[in-house]
Amino acid sequence: MLKIFQDIFTPYNVSYLLGGLGLTLAISVVTVGLSVVLGTILGLLRSYDRFILGKLAAVYIEVFRNTPLLLWIFVCFVMVPVGTFIVRGTLGIFLFTSAVMAEIIRGGLNSISRGQFEAAASQGFSFPQALALIILPQTFRRIVPSLMSQIVTTIKDTSFLYQVAIAEFFYCAKNLISSLSKSVNVTTAHVFTIYFMVAAVYFLINFSLSCLVRRMQRRTAKS
Amino acid sequence: MSNGPFALWRWQKLLTDWDKFAEGLLTTLAVAVLALLLSLLLGVVLGLFSASENKALRGISRAYVEFFQNTPLVIQVFFMYNGLPYAGILLDKFTIGVLGVGLYHGAYIAEVVRAGILSVSKGQFEAARSQGFTHLQTMGWIILPQTVRVILPPLANQAVNLVKNTSVLAVIAGGDLMYRSNAWATNGTLSYGPAYLVTGLLYFALCFPLATWARHYEEKLKGDTAPKAAVSFSKTQEVAIEC
Repeated sequence: MLKIFQDIFTPYNVSYLLGGLGLTLAISVVTVGLSVVLGTILGLLRSYDRFILGKLAAVYIEVFRNTPLLLWIFVCFVMVPVGTFIVRGTLGIFLFTSAVMAEIIRGGLNSISRGQFEAAASQGFSFPQALALIILPQTFRRIVPSLMSQIVTTIKDTSFLYQVAIAEFFYCAKNLISSLSKSVNVTTAHVFTIYFMVAAVYFLINFSLSCLVRRMQRRTAKS
Repeated sequence: MSNGPFALWRWQKLLTDWDKFAEGLLTTLAVAVLALLLSLLLGVVLGLFSASENKALRGISRAYVEFFQNTPLVIQVFFMYNGLPYAGILLDKFTIGVLGVGLYHGAYIAEVVRAGILSVSKGQFEAARSQGFTHLQTMGWIILPQTVRVILPPLANQAVNLVKNTSVLAVIAGGDLMYRSNAWATNGTLSYGPAYLVTGLLYFALCFPLATWARHYEEKLKGDTAPKAAVSFSKTQEVAIEC
């Protein structure tokens, strides 16, 4: 067993894997950050704009929510003429995740009573002011649990980038299996150890986030 | 002859090779239907486990759900494809698709079922017990039938996600719609434009009606005469819906 660990976790391999994990986390953070912004805009438009922009937002959301992520990764990877592979792959995840975020935000907006708008208007707030200062802060507080579980999903989704040969965590681990065979006799134990390690790392990150979600959910349920 | 990504000749090429796309669509559909059946079965069993009085059963259900919800589907599928053969277990790609997607979504459906059971009022359990029903009888005859109404929309959403996630098969060259269309473009005339557009439309045609029905049904439920269960249910549900 020790021999297997020594074969796999050489300093070089460990830093290679950590590089992949770093990329996975970086892509996740960028995707979540940007898609919350676009998702908020789309969610607001779909909820409050009765004209062309609201319709467009609805079309965007329905199109991206009813087609697979992998399709959008391929589309951006092949058909976007600018950017590195990593940027294009991330763009695919970002466009897809934004539609999900928009629906989460819309759910939050729907849960806030109409009276809040009337109260704000009676106090002399304009509609944009009421949104920014009164409605959105409450919305975000309410959707924290769904938002967090979408973050977990996004971290898992980045592993689809394996398919377009972006060196995220899973790609690195998979690559490690093939490169190991050059130096050592790869056994079942080697392969299983690597898969177990990959699953354990994803699990630890996501499970800690899920636990956080549950704790927050309990707190929101109380208040 | 124009060489744009959506040039006419590319569409003509796609039309002559339509059977490749049809085959892919059939594979996707078959995997989706079988995986949905598997995940429903698993979801109900694990959902019942999580509501049982037996600690060990609750533990099994919890561990299963946490494992499958917190690790990527791509890795689960790849492990079956690439890891299991090292242990002498060879599964064909179709089976991997059904098993992989089914096991994964089973965890999500288990959470939906659990939330449904929790939304039924405690009094129902007590009433059933006082009438001499065993735990299993109570669940089968009294509790589960009542949950159906509230869990249908999230189940439909799960089905939509399941259909989308069958595209994970493309990662192991599994012959599904996504794989077929990508392979057709890559190995042929690089006609990605029409290939992706048609693929997107086909997935959309499968998912959109289900998703729309779920949304309307949910809105109707919220405005219904018995909104209590629906509301308490939607609260417990918020977290688990996306995947």
